[in-house]
Amino acid sequence: MTVQQAQEGSLSRPAVTDTHYPPQRAGSLLLTWGKRLLWVNMVFSFVFLYAPILVLVIFSFNNSRFAAKWEGFTFQWYGQLLTNEAIISAFWNSIIVAVSATLISTVLGTMTAIAMERFRFPFRKTYDGILYLPVIVPDIVMGISLLAFFALALDWINTALALPVDSALRPGLTTVIIAHVAFNISFVAIVVRTSLRDFNKALEEAAQDLGANEWITFRRITLPLIMPGILGGALLAFTLSLDDFVITFFTTGPGGTTLPIDVFSRIRRSISPEINAISTLMLLMSIVLVMASQSLQRRRD
Amino acid sequence: MGKRRSVYLSFLLGPGAFWLLMFFVIPSLLVVVYSFMERSSSGGVIWNFSLEAYTKLFAFDPDSLFVNDFVVIFLRSFWWAILTTVACLLIGYPLAFYIAQQKPFTRTVMLFMVMIPFWTNFLVRTYAWKFILNNNGLINTFLSELSLPRVPLINTPTAVLIGLVYGSLPFMVLPLYASIEKFDYTLVEAGQDLGANYFRIFTRVFLPLTMPGVAAGCILVFIPAVGQYVVPTILGGGKVSMLGNLLAQQFGAALNWPFGSAIAVIFMILLMAGVLIYFTVEREEEAV
Repeated sequence: MTVQQAQEGSLSRPAVTDTHYPPQRAGSLLLTWGKRLLWVNMVFSFVFLYAPILVLVIFSFNNSRFAAKWEGFTFQWYGQLLTNEAIISAFWNSIIVAVSATLISTVLGTMTAIAMERFRFPFRKTYDGILYLPVIVPDIVMGISLLAFFALALDWINTALALPVDSALRPGLTTVIIAHVAFNISFVAIVVRTSLRDFNKALEEAAQDLGANEWITFRRITLPLIMPGILGGALLAFTLSLDDFVITFFTTGPGGTTLPIDVFSRIRRSISPEINAISTLMLLMSIVLVMASQSLQRRRD
Repeated sequence: MGKRRSVYLSFLLGPGAFWLLMFFVIPSLLVVVYSFMERSSSGGVIWNFSLEAYTKLFAFDPDSLFVNDFVVIFLRSFWWAILTTVACLLIGYPLAFYIAQQKPFTRTVMLFMVMIPFWTNFLVRTYAWKFILNNNGLINTFLSELSLPRVPLINTPTAVLIGLVYGSLPFMVLPLYASIEKFDYTLVEAGQDLGANYFRIFTRVFLPLTMPGVAAGCILVFIPAVGQYVVPTILGGGKVSMLGNLLAQQFGAALNWPFGSAIAVIFMILLMAGVLIYFTVEREEEAV
Protein backbone atom coordinates (compact mmCIF):
# COMPACT_ATOMS: atom_id res chain seq x y z
CA MET A 1 0.00 0.00 0.00
CA THR A 2 1.41 3.36 -0.99
CA VAL A 3 1.31 6.49 1.13
CA GLN A 4 -0.95 8.10 -1.42
CA GLN A 5 -3.52 5.33 -1.20
CA ALA A 6 -3.48 5.48 2.55
CA GLN A 7 -4.07 9.21 2.41
CA GLU A 8 -6.85 8.84 -0.11
CA GLY A 9 -8.52 6.38 2.20
CA SER A 10 -8.35 8.71 5.15
CA LEU A 11 -9.10 11.90 3.23
CA SER A 12 -12.11 10.69 1.33
CA ARG A 13 -13.88 9.87 4.56
CA PRO A 14 -13.22 11.75 7.76
CA ALA A 15 -13.24 9.73 10.95
CA VAL A 16 -16.75 9.29 12.24
CA THR A 17 -18.21 7.47 15.19
CA ASP A 18 -21.79 7.21 13.89
CA THR A 19 -22.56 3.52 13.29
CA HIS A 20 -24.33 4.43 10.05
CA TYR A 21 -20.97 4.96 8.36
CA PRO A 22 -18.76 2.08 7.35
CA PRO A 23 -15.76 1.78 9.64
CA GLN A 24 -12.53 3.09 8.21
CA ARG A 25 -9.67 0.74 7.64
CA ALA A 26 -6.66 1.81 5.63
CA GLY A 27 -7.82 1.45 2.01
CA SER A 28 -6.75 -1.76 0.36
CA LEU A 29 -6.56 -1.79 -3.41
CA LEU A 30 -9.84 -3.72 -3.56
CA LEU A 31 -11.60 -1.16 -1.39
CA THR A 32 -10.33 1.81 -3.41
CA TRP A 33 -11.50 0.25 -6.66
CA GLY A 34 -14.77 -0.75 -5.07
CA LYS A 35 -15.37 2.85 -4.07
CA ARG A 36 -14.56 4.08 -7.57
CA LEU A 37 -16.99 1.58 -9.10
CA LEU A 38 -19.69 2.66 -6.66
CA TRP A 39 -19.10 6.27 -7.65
CA VAL A 40 -19.24 5.43 -11.38
CA ASN A 41 -22.48 3.50 -10.84
CA MET A 42 -23.97 6.44 -8.93
CA VAL A 43 -23.08 8.91 -11.71
CA PHE A 44 -24.40 6.52 -14.35
CA SER A 45 -27.67 6.01 -12.43
CA PHE A 46 -28.40 9.71 -12.03
CA VAL A 47 -27.52 10.46 -15.65
CA PHE A 48 -29.78 7.57 -16.70
CA LEU A 49 -32.61 8.84 -14.49
CA TYR A 50 -32.33 12.52 -15.38
CA ALA A 51 -30.98 12.86 -18.93
CA PRO A 52 -34.28 11.81 -20.59
CA ILE A 53 -36.30 14.12 -18.34
CA LEU A 54 -33.93 17.05 -18.96
CA VAL A 55 -34.04 16.53 -22.73
CA LEU A 56 -37.82 16.54 -22.50
CA VAL A 57 -37.89 19.80 -20.56
CA ILE A 58 -35.34 21.54 -22.81
CA PHE A 59 -37.24 20.68 -25.99
CA SER A 60 -40.51 21.95 -24.53
CA PHE A 61 -39.01 25.42 -25.19
CA ASN A 62 -37.99 24.56 -28.74
CA ASN A 63 -39.20 26.90 -31.46
CA SER A 64 -39.90 24.16 -34.01
CA ARG A 65 -42.82 21.95 -34.98
CA PHE A 66 -40.35 19.14 -35.59
CA ALA A 67 -39.91 18.20 -32.03
CA ALA A 68 -36.32 17.04 -31.87
CA LYS A 69 -34.37 19.71 -33.78
CA TRP A 70 -33.35 22.80 -31.80
CA GLU A 71 -34.47 26.02 -33.53
CA GLY A 72 -34.39 28.57 -30.72
CA PHE A 73 -36.26 29.42 -27.54
CA THR A 74 -40.03 29.90 -27.27
CA PHE A 75 -42.90 29.77 -24.79
CA GLN A 76 -45.46 29.19 -27.52
CA TRP A 77 -46.24 25.55 -26.65
CA TYR A 78 -47.14 26.54 -23.10
CA GLY A 79 -49.29 29.35 -24.49
CA GLN A 80 -51.09 26.89 -26.75
CA LEU A 81 -51.81 24.57 -23.82
CA LEU A 82 -53.69 27.31 -22.00
CA THR A 83 -56.04 27.75 -24.96
CA ASN A 84 -56.43 24.04 -25.72
CA GLU A 85 -59.93 23.21 -24.48
CA ALA A 86 -59.46 19.44 -24.57
CA ILE A 87 -56.43 19.66 -22.29
CA ILE A 88 -57.99 22.20 -19.93
CA SER A 89 -61.13 20.09 -19.49
CA ALA A 90 -59.05 16.92 -19.05
CA PHE A 91 -57.04 18.73 -16.38
CA TRP A 92 -60.18 19.74 -14.45
CA ASN A 93 -61.57 16.21 -14.76
CA SER A 94 -58.32 14.91 -13.24
CA ILE A 95 -58.64 17.36 -10.35
CA ILE A 96 -62.30 16.40 -9.75
CA VAL A 97 -61.40 12.70 -9.73
CA ALA A 98 -58.30 13.09 -7.55
CA VAL A 99 -60.01 15.34 -4.96
CA SER A 100 -63.15 13.18 -4.65
CA ALA A 101 -61.23 9.90 -4.59
CA THR A 102 -58.82 11.31 -1.99
CA LEU A 103 -61.59 12.59 0.30
CA ILE A 104 -63.58 9.35 0.23
CA SER A 105 -60.61 7.00 0.46
CA THR A 106 -58.94 8.99 3.26
CA VAL A 107 -62.07 8.79 5.43
CA LEU A 108 -62.74 5.09 4.66
CA GLY A 109 -59.04 4.15 4.84
CA THR A 110 -58.57 5.86 8.21
CA MET A 111 -61.70 4.18 9.64
CA THR A 112 -60.46 0.83 8.36
CA ALA A 113 -57.02 1.44 9.86
CA ILE A 114 -58.47 2.20 13.31
CA ALA A 115 -60.67 -0.89 13.17
CA MET A 116 -57.71 -3.08 12.21
CA GLU A 117 -55.33 -1.68 14.85
CA ARG A 118 -57.68 -1.22 17.82
CA PHE A 119 -60.17 -4.09 17.55
CA ARG A 120 -60.12 -7.86 17.50
CA PHE A 121 -62.82 -9.54 15.43
CA PRO A 122 -63.46 -12.79 13.53
CA PHE A 123 -61.74 -13.10 10.12
CA ARG A 124 -59.48 -10.19 10.97
CA LYS A 125 -56.44 -11.95 9.45
CA THR A 126 -58.35 -12.77 6.25
CA TYR A 127 -59.51 -9.19 5.90
CA ASP A 128 -55.95 -8.04 6.52
CA GLY A 129 -54.88 -10.07 3.48
CA ILE A 130 -57.72 -8.77 1.29
CA LEU A 131 -56.79 -5.22 2.30
CA TYR A 132 -53.30 -5.68 0.87
CA LEU A 133 -54.47 -7.21 -2.43
CA PRO A 134 -55.36 -3.99 -4.30
CA VAL A 135 -51.77 -2.84 -3.70
CA ILE A 136 -50.28 -6.04 -5.12
CA VAL A 137 -52.63 -6.94 -7.99
CA PRO A 138 -51.31 -5.47 -11.28
CA ASP A 139 -53.35 -2.44 -12.30
CA ILE A 140 -54.19 -3.95 -15.68
CA VAL A 141 -55.96 -6.88 -14.00
CA MET A 142 -57.86 -4.56 -11.65
CA GLY A 143 -58.70 -2.39 -14.66
CA ILE A 144 -60.23 -5.15 -16.78
CA SER A 145 -62.14 -6.67 -13.86
CA LEU A 146 -63.70 -3.28 -13.08
CA LEU A 147 -64.49 -2.83 -16.78
CA ALA A 148 -66.34 -6.16 -16.78
CA PHE A 149 -68.06 -5.35 -13.48
CA PHE A 150 -69.24 -1.85 -14.44
CA ALA A 151 -70.49 -3.06 -17.83
CA LEU A 152 -72.60 -5.72 -16.14
CA ALA A 153 -73.77 -3.56 -13.22
CA LEU A 154 -74.75 -0.59 -15.39
CA ASP A 155 -76.52 -2.90 -17.79
CA TRP A 156 -78.58 -4.36 -14.92
CA ILE A 157 -79.41 -0.92 -13.53
CA ASN A 158 -80.41 0.40 -16.94
CA THR A 159 -82.64 -2.63 -17.57
CA ALA A 160 -84.13 -2.58 -14.07
CA LEU A 161 -84.98 1.13 -14.28
CA ALA A 162 -86.03 0.74 -17.94
CA LEU A 163 -83.94 3.75 -18.87
CA PRO A 164 -84.14 4.82 -22.52
CA VAL A 165 -80.91 4.58 -24.52
CA ASP A 166 -80.14 8.30 -24.51
CA SER A 167 -80.40 8.67 -20.72
CA ALA A 168 -78.91 5.28 -19.81
CA LEU A 169 -76.12 5.22 -17.24
CA ARG A 170 -72.68 4.88 -18.79
CA PRO A 171 -69.14 4.65 -17.46
CA GLY A 172 -67.63 8.09 -16.88
CA LEU A 173 -66.08 10.20 -14.14
CA THR A 174 -68.21 8.53 -11.43
CA THR A 175 -67.01 5.02 -12.27
CA VAL A 176 -63.43 6.34 -12.39
CA ILE A 177 -63.80 7.86 -8.91
CA ILE A 178 -65.30 4.61 -7.55
CA ALA A 179 -62.38 2.63 -9.02
CA HIS A 180 -59.76 5.03 -7.64
CA VAL A 181 -61.29 4.82 -4.15
CA ALA A 182 -61.16 1.01 -4.43
CA PHE A 183 -57.37 0.98 -4.74
CA ASN A 184 -56.68 4.02 -2.57
CA ILE A 185 -58.46 2.72 0.58
CA SER A 186 -55.69 0.14 0.95
CA PHE A 187 -52.85 2.63 0.49
CA VAL A 188 -54.36 5.07 3.01
CA ALA A 189 -55.06 2.25 5.49
CA ILE A 190 -51.44 1.03 5.30
CA VAL A 191 -50.00 4.50 5.94
CA VAL A 192 -52.42 5.34 8.78
CA ARG A 193 -51.91 1.94 10.44
CA THR A 194 -48.19 2.64 10.66
CA SER A 195 -48.81 5.86 12.56
CA LEU A 196 -51.41 4.18 14.81
CA ARG A 197 -48.88 1.48 15.67
CA ASP A 198 -46.19 4.04 16.41
CA PHE A 199 -47.89 6.01 19.14
CA ASN A 200 -48.28 5.23 22.77
CA LYS A 201 -51.58 3.45 23.46
CA ALA A 202 -51.30 4.42 27.13
CA LEU A 203 -52.42 7.93 26.13
CA GLU A 204 -55.74 6.56 24.89
CA GLU A 205 -56.14 4.41 27.99
CA ALA A 206 -55.34 7.36 30.26
CA ALA A 207 -58.04 9.45 28.56
CA GLN A 208 -60.58 6.68 29.05
CA ASP A 209 -59.56 6.24 32.70
CA LEU A 210 -60.22 9.95 33.16
CA GLY A 211 -63.76 9.36 31.93
CA ALA A 212 -63.58 10.27 28.27
CA ASN A 213 -65.81 8.14 26.05
CA GLU A 214 -64.59 6.58 22.80
CA TRP A 215 -65.59 9.53 20.66
CA ILE A 216 -63.94 12.16 22.90
CA THR A 217 -60.80 10.01 23.15
CA PHE A 218 -60.70 9.76 19.37
CA ARG A 219 -61.35 13.48 18.78
CA ARG A 220 -58.94 14.78 21.42
CA ILE A 221 -56.17 12.19 21.58
CA THR A 222 -56.04 9.76 18.66
CA LEU A 223 -56.94 12.05 15.76
CA PRO A 224 -54.40 14.83 16.50
CA LEU A 225 -51.66 12.25 17.02
CA ILE A 226 -52.27 10.37 13.78
CA MET A 227 -53.01 13.52 11.73
CA PRO A 228 -49.60 13.57 9.99
CA GLY A 229 -50.17 9.92 9.03
CA ILE A 230 -53.64 10.70 7.67
CA LEU A 231 -52.28 13.65 5.67
CA GLY A 232 -49.47 11.46 4.34
CA GLY A 233 -52.00 8.84 3.27
CA ALA A 234 -54.18 11.49 1.66
CA LEU A 235 -51.23 12.91 -0.26
CA LEU A 236 -50.31 9.44 -1.50
CA ALA A 237 -53.92 8.81 -2.56
CA PHE A 238 -54.04 12.16 -4.34
CA THR A 239 -50.83 11.47 -6.27
CA LEU A 240 -51.83 7.91 -7.21
CA SER A 241 -55.22 9.11 -8.40
CA LEU A 242 -53.82 12.07 -10.33
CA ASP A 243 -51.22 9.87 -12.06
CA ASP A 244 -53.32 6.81 -12.70
CA PHE A 245 -53.67 5.89 -16.32
CA VAL A 246 -54.35 2.14 -16.62
CA ILE A 247 -57.34 1.76 -14.26
CA THR A 248 -58.85 5.03 -15.51
CA PHE A 249 -58.42 3.85 -19.11
CA PHE A 250 -60.60 0.78 -18.47
CA THR A 251 -63.25 2.42 -16.26
CA THR A 252 -63.85 5.69 -18.05
CA GLY A 253 -66.35 6.53 -20.76
CA PRO A 254 -67.59 9.45 -22.85
CA GLY A 255 -66.94 12.77 -21.12
CA GLY A 256 -64.62 11.13 -18.60
CA THR A 257 -61.26 12.00 -20.14
CA THR A 258 -58.63 12.74 -17.51
CA LEU A 259 -55.25 14.33 -18.19
CA PRO A 260 -53.31 11.02 -18.34
CA ILE A 261 -55.91 9.60 -20.77
CA ASP A 262 -55.59 12.65 -23.02
CA VAL A 263 -51.79 12.63 -22.82
CA PHE A 264 -51.66 8.89 -23.60
CA SER A 265 -53.67 9.27 -26.80
CA ARG A 266 -51.33 12.07 -27.90
CA ILE A 267 -48.15 10.16 -27.02
CA ARG A 268 -49.41 7.11 -28.86
CA ARG A 269 -49.71 9.06 -32.11
CA SER A 270 -46.31 10.74 -32.15
CA ILE A 271 -43.94 13.11 -30.39
CA SER A 272 -44.67 16.83 -30.37
CA PRO A 273 -43.50 19.94 -28.54
CA GLU A 274 -46.95 20.32 -26.93
CA ILE A 275 -46.56 16.93 -25.23
CA ASN A 276 -43.14 18.05 -24.01
CA ALA A 277 -44.78 21.12 -22.49
CA ILE A 278 -47.56 19.13 -20.76
CA SER A 279 -44.95 16.66 -19.51
CA THR A 280 -42.84 19.46 -18.08
CA LEU A 281 -45.83 20.85 -16.19
CA MET A 282 -46.70 17.39 -14.87
CA LEU A 283 -43.09 16.98 -13.78
CA LEU A 284 -43.23 20.28 -11.88
CA MET A 285 -46.40 19.10 -10.18
CA SER A 286 -44.62 15.90 -9.07
CA ILE A 287 -41.73 17.89 -7.63
CA VAL A 288 -44.18 20.00 -5.59
CA LEU A 289 -45.85 16.81 -4.34
CA VAL A 290 -42.50 15.24 -3.32
CA MET A 291 -41.59 18.36 -1.39
CA ALA A 292 -44.99 18.33 0.34
CA SER A 293 -44.61 14.68 1.30
CA GLN A 294 -41.06 15.26 2.52
CA SER A 295 -42.09 18.11 4.80
CA LEU A 296 -44.94 15.95 6.14
CA GLN A 297 -42.48 13.15 6.79
CA ARG A 298 -40.25 15.51 8.72
CA ARG A 299 -43.20 16.63 10.84
CA ARG A 300 -44.06 13.00 11.54
CA ASP A 301 -40.53 12.27 12.71
CA MET B 1 -66.78 -7.27 23.28
CA GLY B 2 -69.53 -4.99 24.57
CA LYS B 3 -72.54 -4.20 22.41
CA ARG B 4 -71.53 -0.55 22.12
CA ARG B 5 -68.09 -1.54 21.03
CA SER B 6 -69.33 -3.88 18.32
CA VAL B 7 -71.63 -1.16 16.95
CA TYR B 8 -68.60 1.15 16.90
CA LEU B 9 -66.55 -1.53 15.10
CA SER B 10 -69.11 -2.12 12.37
CA PHE B 11 -69.39 1.63 11.86
CA LEU B 12 -65.62 1.83 11.36
CA LEU B 13 -65.18 -1.31 9.31
CA GLY B 14 -68.44 -1.39 7.34
CA PRO B 15 -68.07 1.32 4.69
CA GLY B 16 -64.52 0.38 3.68
CA ALA B 17 -65.31 -3.34 3.66
CA PHE B 18 -68.43 -2.70 1.58
CA TRP B 19 -66.43 -0.70 -0.96
CA LEU B 20 -63.70 -3.34 -1.25
CA LEU B 21 -66.26 -6.12 -1.52
CA MET B 22 -68.33 -4.35 -4.19
CA PHE B 23 -65.55 -2.84 -6.27
CA PHE B 24 -62.63 -5.20 -5.77
CA VAL B 25 -63.62 -8.68 -4.57
CA ILE B 26 -66.78 -9.10 -6.67
CA PRO B 27 -65.17 -7.74 -9.90
CA SER B 28 -62.24 -10.13 -9.40
CA LEU B 29 -64.58 -13.09 -8.90
CA LEU B 30 -66.61 -11.94 -11.90
CA VAL B 31 -63.51 -12.32 -14.08
CA VAL B 32 -63.11 -15.90 -12.87
CA VAL B 33 -66.76 -16.61 -13.71
CA TYR B 34 -66.47 -14.89 -17.13
CA SER B 35 -63.50 -17.07 -18.05
CA PHE B 36 -65.83 -20.12 -18.01
CA MET B 37 -68.55 -18.51 -20.18
CA GLU B 38 -69.25 -18.35 -23.90
CA ARG B 39 -68.05 -15.42 -25.92
CA SER B 40 -70.54 -12.76 -26.99
CA SER B 41 -69.33 -11.01 -30.14
CA SER B 42 -70.77 -7.68 -28.94
CA GLY B 43 -68.67 -7.70 -25.75
CA GLY B 44 -69.63 -9.29 -22.46
CA VAL B 45 -70.51 -12.98 -22.29
CA ILE B 46 -73.32 -15.41 -23.05
CA TRP B 47 -74.22 -17.13 -19.77
CA ASN B 48 -73.44 -20.69 -20.83
CA PHE B 49 -70.67 -22.73 -19.26
CA SER B 50 -67.76 -23.25 -21.66
CA LEU B 51 -64.09 -24.16 -21.52
CA GLU B 52 -63.48 -22.57 -24.90
CA ALA B 53 -61.34 -19.75 -23.48
CA TYR B 54 -58.94 -22.13 -21.74
CA THR B 55 -58.70 -24.53 -24.67
CA LYS B 56 -57.86 -21.58 -26.92
CA LEU B 57 -55.17 -20.44 -24.52
CA PHE B 58 -53.48 -23.85 -24.40
CA ALA B 59 -54.22 -25.02 -27.95
CA PHE B 60 -51.28 -26.40 -29.91
CA ASP B 61 -50.21 -24.29 -32.89
CA PRO B 62 -47.70 -26.01 -35.26
CA ASP B 63 -46.52 -22.63 -36.59
CA SER B 64 -45.50 -21.28 -33.23
CA LEU B 65 -42.31 -21.64 -31.23
CA PHE B 66 -43.91 -22.55 -27.89
CA VAL B 67 -47.35 -24.19 -28.22
CA ASN B 68 -48.95 -20.97 -29.51
CA ASP B 69 -48.47 -17.21 -29.72
CA PHE B 70 -50.38 -16.52 -26.51
CA VAL B 71 -48.01 -18.70 -24.54
CA VAL B 72 -45.11 -16.88 -26.23
CA ILE B 73 -46.48 -13.60 -24.89
CA PHE B 74 -46.77 -15.12 -21.40
CA LEU B 75 -43.19 -16.35 -21.50
CA ARG B 76 -41.93 -13.07 -22.91
CA SER B 77 -43.67 -10.98 -20.24
CA PHE B 78 -42.27 -13.05 -17.38
CA TRP B 79 -38.79 -13.23 -18.96
CA TRP B 80 -38.66 -9.48 -19.52
CA ALA B 81 -39.92 -8.80 -16.01
CA ILE B 82 -37.11 -11.01 -14.67
CA LEU B 83 -34.53 -9.17 -16.82
CA THR B 84 -35.92 -5.83 -15.61
CA THR B 85 -35.77 -6.90 -11.96
CA VAL B 86 -32.18 -8.17 -12.29
CA ALA B 87 -31.05 -5.01 -14.11
CA CYS B 88 -32.69 -2.78 -11.49
CA LEU B 89 -31.09 -4.80 -8.70
CA LEU B 90 -27.62 -4.60 -10.29
CA ILE B 91 -27.87 -0.82 -10.68
CA GLY B 92 -30.02 -0.14 -7.63
CA TYR B 93 -28.18 -2.06 -4.92
CA PRO B 94 -24.80 -0.31 -5.37
CA LEU B 95 -26.63 3.01 -5.76
CA ALA B 96 -28.59 2.56 -2.53
CA PHE B 97 -25.37 1.46 -0.80
CA TYR B 98 -23.52 4.54 -2.07
CA ILE B 99 -26.31 6.88 -0.97
CA ALA B 100 -26.48 5.32 2.49
CA GLN B 101 -22.76 6.04 2.99
CA GLN B 102 -22.98 9.77 2.30
CA LYS B 103 -23.03 12.56 4.87
CA PRO B 104 -26.56 13.58 5.92
CA PHE B 105 -26.87 16.53 3.54
CA THR B 106 -25.65 14.71 0.41
CA ARG B 107 -27.76 11.74 1.42
CA THR B 108 -30.91 13.88 1.62
CA VAL B 109 -30.21 15.49 -1.75
CA MET B 110 -29.58 12.15 -3.47
CA LEU B 111 -32.65 10.54 -1.94
CA PHE B 112 -34.70 13.48 -3.11
CA MET B 113 -33.27 12.92 -6.59
CA VAL B 114 -34.44 9.30 -6.54
CA MET B 115 -37.84 10.32 -5.23
CA ILE B 116 -38.64 12.81 -7.99
CA PRO B 117 -38.72 10.14 -10.73
CA PHE B 118 -40.53 7.85 -8.25
CA TRP B 119 -43.40 10.33 -8.02
CA THR B 120 -43.29 11.51 -11.64
CA ASN B 121 -46.09 10.30 -13.88
CA PHE B 122 -45.22 7.02 -15.57
CA LEU B 123 -46.56 8.25 -18.92
CA VAL B 124 -44.23 11.25 -18.83
CA ARG B 125 -41.23 9.07 -18.09
CA THR B 126 -42.12 6.64 -20.87
CA TYR B 127 -42.71 9.50 -23.29
CA ALA B 128 -39.23 10.85 -22.50
CA TRP B 129 -37.78 7.68 -24.08
CA LYS B 130 -40.14 7.83 -27.04
CA PHE B 131 -38.90 11.38 -27.62
CA ILE B 132 -35.32 10.09 -27.69
CA LEU B 133 -35.84 6.86 -29.65
CA ASN B 134 -38.62 7.77 -32.11
CA ASN B 135 -37.96 7.72 -35.87
CA ASN B 136 -38.11 11.52 -35.81
CA GLY B 137 -36.75 11.60 -32.26
CA LEU B 138 -33.59 13.02 -30.76
CA ILE B 139 -31.11 10.33 -31.84
CA ASN B 140 -32.42 9.94 -35.37
CA THR B 141 -32.72 13.70 -35.93
CA PHE B 142 -29.12 14.03 -34.81
CA LEU B 143 -28.02 11.22 -37.14
CA SER B 144 -29.77 12.73 -40.13
CA GLU B 145 -28.19 16.13 -39.36
CA LEU B 146 -24.86 14.37 -39.76
CA SER B 147 -26.22 12.81 -42.99
CA LEU B 148 -26.01 9.39 -41.40
CA PRO B 149 -28.73 6.81 -42.00
CA ARG B 150 -31.52 6.63 -39.42
CA VAL B 151 -31.61 3.59 -37.18
CA PRO B 152 -34.78 1.82 -36.07
CA LEU B 153 -34.85 2.18 -32.27
CA ILE B 154 -38.51 2.52 -31.39
CA ASN B 155 -40.82 -0.53 -31.48
CA THR B 156 -37.97 -2.90 -30.68
CA PRO B 157 -37.55 -5.22 -27.66
CA THR B 158 -34.56 -3.08 -26.60
CA ALA B 159 -36.72 0.03 -26.44
CA VAL B 160 -39.31 -1.79 -24.31
CA LEU B 161 -36.63 -3.13 -21.96
CA ILE B 162 -35.03 0.29 -21.55
CA GLY B 163 -38.45 1.72 -20.75
CA LEU B 164 -39.16 -1.03 -18.21
CA VAL B 165 -35.84 -0.58 -16.39
CA TYR B 166 -36.15 3.20 -16.49
CA GLY B 167 -39.67 3.13 -15.10
CA SER B 168 -38.88 0.63 -12.34
CA LEU B 169 -35.48 1.74 -11.03
CA PRO B 170 -36.74 4.15 -8.31
CA PHE B 171 -39.07 1.42 -6.99
CA MET B 172 -36.00 -0.75 -6.42
CA VAL B 173 -33.73 1.89 -4.91
CA LEU B 174 -36.06 3.26 -2.20
CA PRO B 175 -36.84 -0.01 -0.35
CA LEU B 176 -33.18 -1.06 -0.73
CA TYR B 177 -32.03 2.21 0.77
CA ALA B 178 -34.46 1.82 3.67
CA SER B 179 -32.93 -1.51 4.67
CA ILE B 180 -29.28 -0.62 3.92
CA GLU B 181 -29.63 2.56 5.98
CA LYS B 182 -30.59 0.52 9.05
CA PHE B 183 -27.46 -1.64 8.78
CA ASP B 184 -25.18 -1.46 11.80
CA TYR B 185 -21.61 -1.16 10.54
CA THR B 186 -20.10 -2.37 13.80
CA LEU B 187 -21.03 -5.81 12.45
CA VAL B 188 -18.50 -5.29 9.64
CA GLU B 189 -15.84 -4.56 12.24
CA ALA B 190 -16.84 -7.69 14.09
CA GLY B 191 -16.45 -9.65 10.87
CA GLN B 192 -13.05 -8.14 10.23
CA ASP B 193 -11.92 -8.90 13.74
CA LEU B 194 -12.94 -12.48 13.15
CA GLY B 195 -10.73 -12.53 10.07
CA ALA B 196 -13.33 -12.40 7.27
CA ASN B 197 -12.44 -10.64 4.02
CA TYR B 198 -14.69 -8.06 2.37
CA PHE B 199 -16.31 -10.57 0.02
CA ARG B 200 -17.21 -12.86 2.91
CA ILE B 201 -18.49 -10.00 5.04
CA PHE B 202 -20.66 -8.88 2.15
CA THR B 203 -22.13 -12.31 1.38
CA ARG B 204 -22.44 -13.53 4.98
CA VAL B 205 -23.37 -10.38 6.89
CA PHE B 206 -24.37 -7.44 4.72
CA LEU B 207 -26.44 -9.20 2.07
CA PRO B 208 -28.53 -11.37 4.45
CA LEU B 209 -29.31 -8.40 6.71
CA THR B 210 -30.42 -6.22 3.78
CA MET B 211 -32.45 -9.06 2.23
CA PRO B 212 -35.85 -7.63 3.31
CA GLY B 213 -35.08 -4.57 1.15
CA VAL B 214 -34.07 -6.78 -1.78
CA ALA B 215 -37.29 -8.77 -1.45
CA ALA B 216 -39.48 -5.65 -1.24
CA GLY B 217 -37.68 -4.02 -4.18
CA CYS B 218 -37.94 -7.13 -6.36
CA ILE B 219 -41.68 -7.49 -5.70
CA LEU B 220 -42.29 -3.79 -6.36
CA VAL B 221 -40.43 -4.04 -9.68
CA PHE B 222 -41.40 -7.51 -10.89
CA ILE B 223 -45.20 -7.46 -10.51
CA PRO B 224 -45.88 -4.14 -12.27
CA ALA B 225 -43.33 -5.08 -14.96
CA VAL B 226 -45.07 -8.36 -15.93
CA GLY B 227 -48.39 -6.57 -16.25
CA GLN B 228 -47.04 -3.52 -18.07
CA TYR B 229 -49.34 -1.97 -20.62
CA VAL B 230 -48.02 1.58 -21.07
CA VAL B 231 -44.38 0.77 -21.88
CA PRO B 232 -44.95 -1.93 -24.55
CA THR B 233 -47.72 0.17 -26.11
CA ILE B 234 -45.70 3.38 -26.37
CA LEU B 235 -42.18 2.03 -26.89
CA GLY B 236 -43.18 -1.27 -28.54
CA GLY B 237 -45.86 0.26 -30.73
CA GLY B 238 -48.02 -2.87 -30.61
CA LYS B 239 -45.31 -4.80 -32.43
CA VAL B 240 -43.72 -6.10 -29.25
CA SER B 241 -46.65 -7.26 -27.13
CA MET B 242 -46.72 -8.14 -23.48
CA LEU B 243 -49.53 -9.56 -21.35
CA GLY B 244 -50.98 -6.11 -20.74
CA ASN B 245 -51.48 -5.58 -24.48
CA LEU B 246 -53.03 -9.01 -24.90
CA LEU B 247 -55.50 -8.34 -22.07
CA ALA B 248 -56.40 -4.87 -23.33
CA GLN B 249 -56.87 -6.25 -26.84
CA GLN B 250 -59.28 -9.00 -25.74
CA PHE B 251 -61.41 -6.57 -23.73
CA GLY B 252 -61.10 -3.95 -26.47
CA ALA B 253 -60.97 -4.51 -30.21
CA ALA B 254 -61.09 -8.33 -30.17
CA LEU B 255 -64.22 -8.35 -27.95
CA ASN B 256 -63.45 -11.75 -26.49
CA TRP B 257 -64.14 -11.23 -22.79
CA PRO B 258 -64.03 -14.90 -21.73
CA PHE B 259 -60.62 -15.31 -23.36
CA GLY B 260 -59.35 -12.08 -21.79
CA SER B 261 -60.67 -13.28 -18.42
CA ALA B 262 -58.97 -16.66 -18.79
CA ILE B 263 -55.67 -14.87 -19.52
CA ALA B 264 -56.14 -12.74 -16.41
CA VAL B 265 -56.93 -15.81 -14.26
CA ILE B 266 -53.86 -17.77 -15.44
CA PHE B 267 -51.74 -14.63 -15.09
CA MET B 268 -52.83 -14.13 -11.47
CA ILE B 269 -52.28 -17.82 -10.64
CA LEU B 270 -48.73 -17.69 -12.06
CA LEU B 271 -48.00 -14.43 -10.26
CA MET B 272 -49.23 -15.72 -6.90
CA ALA B 273 -47.27 -18.95 -7.39
CA GLY B 274 -44.15 -16.94 -8.28
CA VAL B 275 -44.43 -14.71 -5.22
CA LEU B 276 -45.10 -17.70 -2.94
CA ILE B 277 -42.08 -19.62 -4.30
CA TYR B 278 -39.94 -16.53 -3.92
CA PHE B 279 -40.88 -16.09 -0.28
CA THR B 280 -40.52 -19.79 0.52
CA VAL B 281 -37.01 -19.93 -0.96
CA GLU B 282 -36.20 -16.73 0.86
CA ARG B 283 -37.36 -18.09 4.22
CA GLU B 284 -35.36 -21.28 3.73
CA GLU B 285 -32.26 -19.25 2.96
CA GLU B 286 -32.81 -17.27 6.13
CA ALA B 287 -33.11 -20.47 8.13
CA VAL B 288 -29.75 -21.76 6.86
